[in-house]
Amino acid sequence: MSFFAFSSPQVARRAFLGKSGLLLSGTAIALLSGREVLAKQAGGSKAGDVRILNTALSAELEAVAAYQVGAESGLLEKPVLALAGQFQGHHKEHADVLAKTIRKLGGKPLEAKSKYEFPTDSLKNQADVLRFAAGLEKGAVSAYLGAVPLFQQRDLAKAAASILGDEAMHWAVLRQALGENPVPSAFVS
Amino acid sequence: MLEGAVLLAALAAGDPQAGEALYSRCLACHSLEVNRTGPKHCGLFGRRAGSVPGYDYSPAMNRSKLVWNEKTLDRFLADPLKAVPGTTMTYAGVPDVKERADLIAYLKQETTAARCGK
Repeated sequence: MSFFAFSSPQVARRAFLGKSGLLLSGTAIALLSGREVLAKQAGGSKAGDVRILNTALSAELEAVAAYQVGAESGLLEKPVLALAGQFQGHHKEHADVLAKTIRKLGGKPLEAKSKYEFPTDSLKNQADVLRFAAGLEKGAVSAYLGAVPLFQQRDLAKAAASILGDEAMHWAVLRQALGENPVPSAFVS
Repeated sequence: MLEGAVLLAALAAGDPQAGEALYSRCLACHSLEVNRTGPKHCGLFGRRAGSVPGYDYSPAMNRSKLVWNEKTLDRFLADPLKAVPGTTMTYAGVPDVKERADLIAYLKQETTAARCGK
């Protein structure tokens, strides 16, 4: 059986990329078109929504940096390395959309830190890197789940839920790669 | 009074092993040893909120005057934005008392453990 239980990793990546690409495009459209309306709205809720978006942006930028560490570790084999690059690309897309949305709401997006600290000493092999990435993705799912009900603007909540879905797929694929049950429960928390 | 006693009993019964699983929810933003999107957790108990060197806190957290212990953590984790309006921990919270107790038990165990230099 192949890495993803598809006929080949290439097929799996094409299938995954196709579906998630559609999802993220939809998110971007929803966010950016929605912001045009939101930008004209006054009210205290905007500051709160900007704060939520900036926290999400910070975590997305950190995820981009984490995947970079994984990619440069020399521990990832070719199919997994390509997958890490793909997932990193998704996080970059999330970060770009979040930053644009924050600007459109009149806020100032956080910038990437000049340096991130990761537990590189504990990453000895591919499984360690995958487990670390899976932990970040699982945490991201929980973080978005905790943020979705806080948005004042429902279209922002919808967009955040779309990102949550993408990151849940990352988590599942990484668990599958580790030989774990990719979908361990009916609900995420 | 009774409510306080129930809370204390729940906190005392916290299961760190169950709390470890719950801590996985925090890992997009937090770690024990280093500052990330959120501040590090090592040394959490007894620490004044907003005081970890090198971490850029919200003005709201800096003004909160909280000192982290079982009770303040329980209140904050239940609803961060209600406890500290304006915090950048934009998370709806952990509504379940038992889950909070487990999480706090885990934090207490790990943030005073060897990996935190204790």
